[in-house]
Amino acid sequence: MFILAEMTDVVKVPPWMFHLKLNEAIEQELNKKLANKVVYELGLCIALFDITKLEDSHIFPGDGSSHTKVHFRYVVFRPFVDEIVVGKIKSCSREGVYVSLGFFDDILLSSDSLQHPSRFDETEQLWVWEYFTEDGGSHDLFMDAGEEIRFRVVDETFVDTTPSGPEQQVIEEPINAKEAKKIPYLLTGSISESGLGLLSWWNS
Amino acid sequence: MEIQNSSAALLSNYEVYSLLKELQTGEKAGKKLRKQQKHLATISYETIKYLEKTPCQQQSAEIIEQFRRKLRPFKLTKAEELQLLNHRPTTAVEIQLHIEESEERLTEHEIDSLLSVIATVLPSSDAADEEMEQS
Repeated sequence: MFILAEMTDVVKVPPWMFHLKLNEAIEQELNKKLANKVVYELGLCIALFDITKLEDSHIFPGDGSSHTKVHFRYVVFRPFVDEIVVGKIKSCSREGVYVSLGFFDDILLSSDSLQHPSRFDETEQLWVWEYFTEDGGSHDLFMDAGEEIRFRVVDETFVDTTPSGPEQQVIEEPINAKEAKKIPYLLTGSISESGLGLLSWWNS
Repeated sequence: MEIQNSSAALLSNYEVYSLLKELQTGEKAGKKLRKQQKHLATISYETIKYLEKTPCQQQSAEIIEQFRRKLRPFKLTKAEELQLLNHRPTTAVEIQLHIEESEERLTEHEIDSLLSVIATVLPSSDAADEEMEQS
């Protein structure tokens, strides 16, 4: 689920942090910049693992801060495709089931990747797996919110959410149709195999 | 900011859990509570909360080493070993999920012995609960 990513960056240490050891100041600045943020094409950054190399620090005219090029390794959340993950059902809609891991929320199990046959119950707003037993009877297994669910990661989508620059802005009407909020890192999952789905379905 | 290597290593849940626990309880714990470290505090709290419910909470470096040694004869890929370590499967169905083409690569006997290796080497959360009730 977690990987180690090697990165480099120039870290600015402001003068009011000069009383700290350089390593600590850099660790704080890197965590301030990256923790709990999604980096495009990398994943959700969790915390700094270690600093592998510090190059010389420079001071630029007009600015009292020191700038240091740092090579470091960061713990990143990025499950690989086909990995099995356990999460909690957040909500259900016609598109599918939304799953959350607590620290990461953007996981969707699309409606066609659920167990066959499943149907969407409008009154309860929940997906239901119609499980047919050998003797012809059928059980309705509801996918309630808050239940733990095991799914396989099928796809990951990165969207670059950097804001557009001033040249690209066209003066449009002040009230536009609300744009769909862009999700920077979206995981698509599936539960269409035996063993996947709510944990309670498979615990003997 | 440049990314030199976006996947230098795979980390087990145990390694991430112990790193975050150290961050929370280490000497620098007081400094982390400052307003500026809000994001780090949030993500590490949520991630610890998630990982506490997984089998990694009862693991240690020695247990993981022993586990890898015992898994060598099964010739699994690194990713598969990591999944077994993180999830601690108890049934053959779960093994089939984590290991690709398990029916072709492992005989039924090997699947059973794999399950018993997992059950004996990796401690389960039920064992920890029993210990707590007894003491």
